Amino acid sequence: MSTRKNETMVRARINGEEVAFLCEPRETLLDVLRNDLELTGVKEGCGNGNCGACNVIMDGVLVNSCLVLAVEAEGRSITTVEGLAAPDRLHPLQQSFLEHAALQCGVCTPGFLVAAKSLLDHNPHPTEHEVRYWLAGNLCRCTGYDKIVRAVLDAADKMDGN
Amino acid sequence: MQAFDYIRAQSAEQAVALLSQAGDHARVLAGGTDLLAQLKEGRRKVSLVVDIKFIPELNELCYDPAEGLWLGAAVPCYRIYNNHAVARAYPGLIDAASLIGGVQIQGRASLGGNLCNASPAADSIPALIAHAAICQIAGPAGRRHVPVETFCTGPGRTVLAAGELLVSLHLPPPRPGFGAAYLRFIPRNEMDIAVVGSGASVQLDERGETIVSARVALGAVAPTPLYVQEAGAALVGRSVADAEAAIAEAAGLAQAAARPIDDMRGTVAQRKHLAAVLTRRALRIAVERAKSNLSGAQQ
Repeated sequence: MSTRKNETMVRARINGEEVAFLCEPRETLLDVLRNDLELTGVKEGCGNGNCGACNVIMDGVLVNSCLVLAVEAEGRSITTVEGLAAPDRLHPLQQSFLEHAALQCGVCTPGFLVAAKSLLDHNPHPTEHEVRYWLAGNLCRCTGYDKIVRAVLDAADKMDGN
Repeated sequence: MQAFDYIRAQSAEQAVALLSQAGDHARVLAGGTDLLAQLKEGRRKVSLVVDIKFIPELNELCYDPAEGLWLGAAVPCYRIYNNHAVARAYPGLIDAASLIGGVQIQGRASLGGNLCNASPAADSIPALIAHAAICQIAGPAGRRHVPVETFCTGPGRTVLAAGELLVSLHLPPPRPGFGAAYLRFIPRNEMDIAVVGSGASVQLDERGETIVSARVALGAVAPTPLYVQEAGAALVGRSVADAEAAIAEAAGLAQAAARPIDDMRGTVAQRKHLAAVLTRRALRIAVERAKSNLSGAQQ
């Protein structure tokens, strides 16, 4: 991204805020979120849609931001991991990930959190099987997944009690 | 990624005009799960990306029990399996749409894109063949229709000529006594490319006693998804009570039609074996679904 030409103005709602940015058609949503909007919670893992580290929610749908062009975000509403917590309080999923030690190196964690939020938005009471199936597109090389699955199930229970 | 221009087409005709002008250097963008990965890897050169997601007829998902299903080429998988009427009417399609990639991929990837990408291992194509889908194509000379089993002509190659665009798929309405299924073999449970896939459908008579028609299609055993007409024909007129013998015969014909290669995902011998096993299982599921669907196909 040394010289920029052919730039387009894109307007989107990101984590509840109206945002406008300039981008080239070849830039991915992931590029723009990280490099221009400084939302570096969104991670690049594989860059080709296999690992889920770059997961964001776009108009209620979980997507890999590495496989979305930034220009496609025009008029869309996007949630990144930065949009999960309240100003004074972690999201129950984040709290649960801490309590269950559901992370080690942490690179996959934002993607898992966003994917898990998307799951609970669609299905507030998932079974273990449903959690594992929904999270199949997120890869973690540290935890062996069990702690993540338990953290999501526990968060679902706790959110239900609220 | 290489630099290119991006245009949101507003109509199929505009997309066709753009594609005709730009020639080989234009590509259509629907969900982008194949195209963007290919552009990042430098496997394709493009100067223009035409986004077709905002063309209303390419986004149409319309099911009528008497007319069938119109499936816009850009409709992502999740919209298909979240539509309960469609899910009940087209079970083979749903089997395929709900196992392409993970949920992140299904949020973007379309069956039209899966078809146009023309991978020999594409999951949706054997299912679309089992459901006897017809492709509607728009081009500089107007619209034309082709059966889905003739759409792919080689790995990554299709019948689309310069300037042509896949607009939609039409699936005939299921009658009572119709059932379909798609199965694939992969070494893990999700998120992988088929070693072999098999799509099957059967139509029973109104009493559920005889198989009236059947279709079988295989994935990942030839340069294109393979419609095995003779496997379906072997089931016609056979009794449902004695379906197992007919199914075994059809599975044998599917195996005989398979002409796979050895590669990193499997060997010729393994794929030939899988072609029979998966076809047998898919047909069994299709028959069970057809039996449970004798009176209720059009609810």
